[in-house]
Amino acid sequence: MKRKWVLLIPLCVFMILAVFFMVGLNRNPREIPSPLIGKPVPSFALPDFRSPDKTVTEKDFAGKVWLLNVWASWCVSCREEHPVLVKYAKEIGVPIVGLNYKDKYADGAKWLNNFGDPYTLSIIDADGRFGMDLGVYGVPETFLIDKAGFIRYKQIGPISEEVLYNTIIPKIKELESQ
Amino acid sequence: MKKWLILLISWWLVLPAWALEATPTENDPVAQKRAVELELKLRCLVCQNQSIAESDAELAVDLRRQVRHFVAEGKSDEEIIQFMTDRYGDFVLYQPPVKTTTVLLWAGPIVLLLLGLASMLLLVRRYSKSADQSNEQLSAAEEARATALIEGRDEL
Repeated sequence: MKRKWVLLIPLCVFMILAVFFMVGLNRNPREIPSPLIGKPVPSFALPDFRSPDKTVTEKDFAGKVWLLNVWASWCVSCREEHPVLVKYAKEIGVPIVGLNYKDKYADGAKWLNNFGDPYTLSIIDADGRFGMDLGVYGVPETFLIDKAGFIRYKQIGPISEEVLYNTIIPKIKELESQ
Repeated sequence: MKKWLILLISWWLVLPAWALEATPTENDPVAQKRAVELELKLRCLVCQNQSIAESDAELAVDLRRQVRHFVAEGKSDEEIIQFMTDRYGDFVLYQPPVKTTTVLLWAGPIVLLLLGLASMLLLVRRYSKSADQSNEQLSAAEEARATALIEGRDEL
């Protein structure tokens, strides 16, 4: 046999496949990259949760870095995330706007009473129309918005301490310094 | 047998209740058909292997309502698809568009097929060639031994 290397081809093919599978299997299929990253936050005019006759729009946060956290009292993973937000709200240091998504007002109010209110303010998206503009498909989701009103990062799923320290706080610092 | 027939008929009877929701297109069969065709092209992001036409997830219900509103308003298919991809990305489409990021996806199978065909052709040619050559290149000694074997004067 002159060409012994030919025998190595199956091994090589297997190795390449194995690498693809390793990468593929370790990815979370629920995390779908958002097309909104790098785009302006969709405009909204929604009632303030604490005083529903007041309207909040995205312009209220112009010139600030802020977090938009989509939550609901019916959302199971929000229970995991909520204590982290309550604990670190001060440390995060930028406005955290809660988007009460497709929720009953009374349930939402009870939730904030029971578990604490980490939000600078919350807005009410009862029919989920603003959530649709944001491409929300699983609660909780969190958007990080820069001073110019552009979405810079989207966290899909609950914010853990790890995510907060490794990703969100560094990104906030970076955006604040711009 | 009779039991099964009754079951089948009652199933048929409830089918319409299952298919219809109060939507702006329900009285217009043409618009309804268009809406359903669109909904079958859109993936539900909650239960990812179902289209929004099939899924019972709340998001799918909302998106169906949105599609039907748009159809009733007379928006084109392209506009409706654009609305969805602007918000949920290409993932919302069952058939991803051909783009630089999806070239591998679209061309991959064809490239693999061509590679397979090419290597098969190469191998077949090489083996048939080497078989031809070894036939022609018997030395005088080999020729004599072959003749001896054929005529039964020698054994292997």
